Amino acid sequence: MAELNEANTGAGAILSRDMRLIWRHRSDIVNPVIFYLIGITMLPLAIGTSKQLLGTVAPGMLWIMAMLATLLSLDALFRTDFEDGSLAQFQLSSQPLYLIVLYKVLAYWLSTGLPLTLMAPMLGLMLSLPADGYWALLLTLLPGTAILTLVGALGAALTVCLRSGGLVMTLIIMPLYLPVLIIGSSAVSSAVAGFGFDRELALLIAGLAIALIVMPPAIAGALKISTNQ
Amino acid sequence: MLASLSFNNISCERDERILFNNLSYECKSGTLLQVVGFNGAGKTTLLHTLCGLRQPATGQILWQAQDISLNPQLFKQSLFFLGHQTPVKGHLTVTENIQWLRSLHPAPSYTSIQQALIEVDLLAYADTHCHQLSAGQRRRVALSQLYLTQASLWVLDEPFTSIDKAGVAKLAQRLQQHTERGGIVVLTSHQPVELEHLQSLDLSRYQPSLEEHIAHG
Amino acid sequence: MLLAWQWFHRLGSPRWFYDKSSRWLIWLMPLTLALLATGLVWGLAFAPIDAKQGDSYRIIFIHMPAAVVALAGYYVMAVAGAVGLIWRMKLPFMVMKSAAPIGAVLTALTLITGSLWGHPTWGTFWEWDARNIFMLILLFLYLGIILLGSIYPSRDAGDKACALLALVGTVNVPIIYKSVDWWYSLHQPASIKFTGESSIHASMLYPLLICVVAYYCVFSLALILYTRHEILVREARTQWVKDLSQLPGKNQGGAHAKL
Repeated sequence: MAELNEANTGAGAILSRDMRLIWRHRSDIVNPVIFYLIGITMLPLAIGTSKQLLGTVAPGMLWIMAMLATLLSLDALFRTDFEDGSLAQFQLSSQPLYLIVLYKVLAYWLSTGLPLTLMAPMLGLMLSLPADGYWALLLTLLPGTAILTLVGALGAALTVCLRSGGLVMTLIIMPLYLPVLIIGSSAVSSAVAGFGFDRELALLIAGLAIALIVMPPAIAGALKISTNQ
Repeated sequence: MLASLSFNNISCERDERILFNNLSYECKSGTLLQVVGFNGAGKTTLLHTLCGLRQPATGQILWQAQDISLNPQLFKQSLFFLGHQTPVKGHLTVTENIQWLRSLHPAPSYTSIQQALIEVDLLAYADTHCHQLSAGQRRRVALSQLYLTQASLWVLDEPFTSIDKAGVAKLAQRLQQHTERGGIVVLTSHQPVELEHLQSLDLSRYQPSLEEHIAHG
Repeated sequence: MLLAWQWFHRLGSPRWFYDKSSRWLIWLMPLTLALLATGLVWGLAFAPIDAKQGDSYRIIFIHMPAAVVALAGYYVMAVAGAVGLIWRMKLPFMVMKSAAPIGAVLTALTLITGSLWGHPTWGTFWEWDARNIFMLILLFLYLGIILLGSIYPSRDAGDKACALLALVGTVNVPIIYKSVDWWYSLHQPASIKFTGESSIHASMLYPLLICVVAYYCVFSLALILYTRHEILVREARTQWVKDLSQLPGKNQGGAHAKL
């Protein structure tokens, strides 16, 4: 343990650092997942248990709640690193900052977006989602939550220095989530209606590709702005 | 190692307020420089500017006679910075913390992590989670990088905070050793520091006069 | 080339802008008023009545130009922010900061006039129509930027943060537009058609075009006035602003006397 593992150098070390931190804060990962579960549980209690009604609103609700669950703890993504000066160390690292950011976002997605995605079909069952919707739900949430995390990380980076950052982040980021929400939920609806969801999935994957190119440098820029005041 | 650092007529401002201006200073190999000034004079701002964390409003900072903004990647390889915060994660062990800090500057090190732990007197805590350590011990975890880094320019903001007397002496010795090898150390400290050949840069001397304040813009 | 560069950098100087803009205002202000009066009077009083909608369609002369300029305003804001970020100039940030509330007001005006128009036409104040939703999201984007700018502890950092958010928003605006349009095509039968899509008669088109130009002028005018105000606030400590306040003709006269 005392010797430095050669393979573990560079920005990849940040991934292992963050995964370790997340694992030791296990309770934090569980939060979005439980939020997703409780949120979906509330729905039939509010609108009734008619299977037909639930099946109609299920694609949209599953997507909206997944979006909120992703946003829920995202504002903490850079906060502790900002407060204890780790961010300054990242900036002065010989590794490019956008790469470090990418690994941090990846660690967050692995601990939030991925469990949410895997859990969604079970919640779909609770909402009587018709059988054709499950694959669509799973496959669109996979790139979808990744885009939501990448875009949301920009909000987290811009508001990291603000006291009430969490709420502000939600407000500035939610409008940007609209396309993903529209495409994702209509993919599931369209699959349920028997039309397939290839086009929507392709759009989401293209969106993920764009977000992967655009967002890390933008987040890195936002972090530089937040820390230099 | 041969090093040279110079501030070339730099000024820094925050929201149109000038913190200091026309600051010029030259550090040769082996310089141990303490930045002094009253609270709010811009000591931390100067250190951040020196690291490239923020841009000066005017002027340049030259490292090895080259503007640091021209090749930041190269400059970062020869820089070690420690701010007044302690970048140490409570939920990681001492060794894990040292490893990730180390990984930010992948360069061969002649010292093992174990040796570094001995130097900062934390060997017994190698596998202890840092939230169980005292503030001074956590500070030492971060300072252990001084034994591992190959950087020639060290920029330290309040390195002696919460360190006990023996630790301060040890740290001072390390700084002396670094400058004797030709490195450069720039630091701030509220505590009186006993270091040989310590130069002092008083930021109060570079405050804008009232007229300059008004004429600015 | 060199000359253009110098001009560009002078453009970044708040003082230069303050001096120059006082001259622009002299002709921009009457021009705006004339265009606005012509367009609105022509549109509201003299343009022929619509066969289907009657007089209520006339709100288009207020509604449509506001929508066009509100969207253009977002790009003006984002481009100003980008220029400020890239060339580290102060003035573009002031322009960006000033453009946000103007754009937000125009967007709100579009939504309000749209819903007033919608009531007699569709029998509802709010229709989940693609353009309605898009304008609402645009309003959210504007409000987000105003909020972020107002809450930042440091003004310089706040400016840069807003610029970055506006830039990312700019990438997103066409995507939002497309996706809302697509959503609408999925969810609504194509029964409701818009006047904008049907051929518009020249007697209605000309006053409409004049109104669009007039709104652009209003936007520029408001932007210049707002930016001048922002300059005075931010540069309040500088000598040239203090000199201005000591001269009798405070605004335009003062700046001229110094030239």
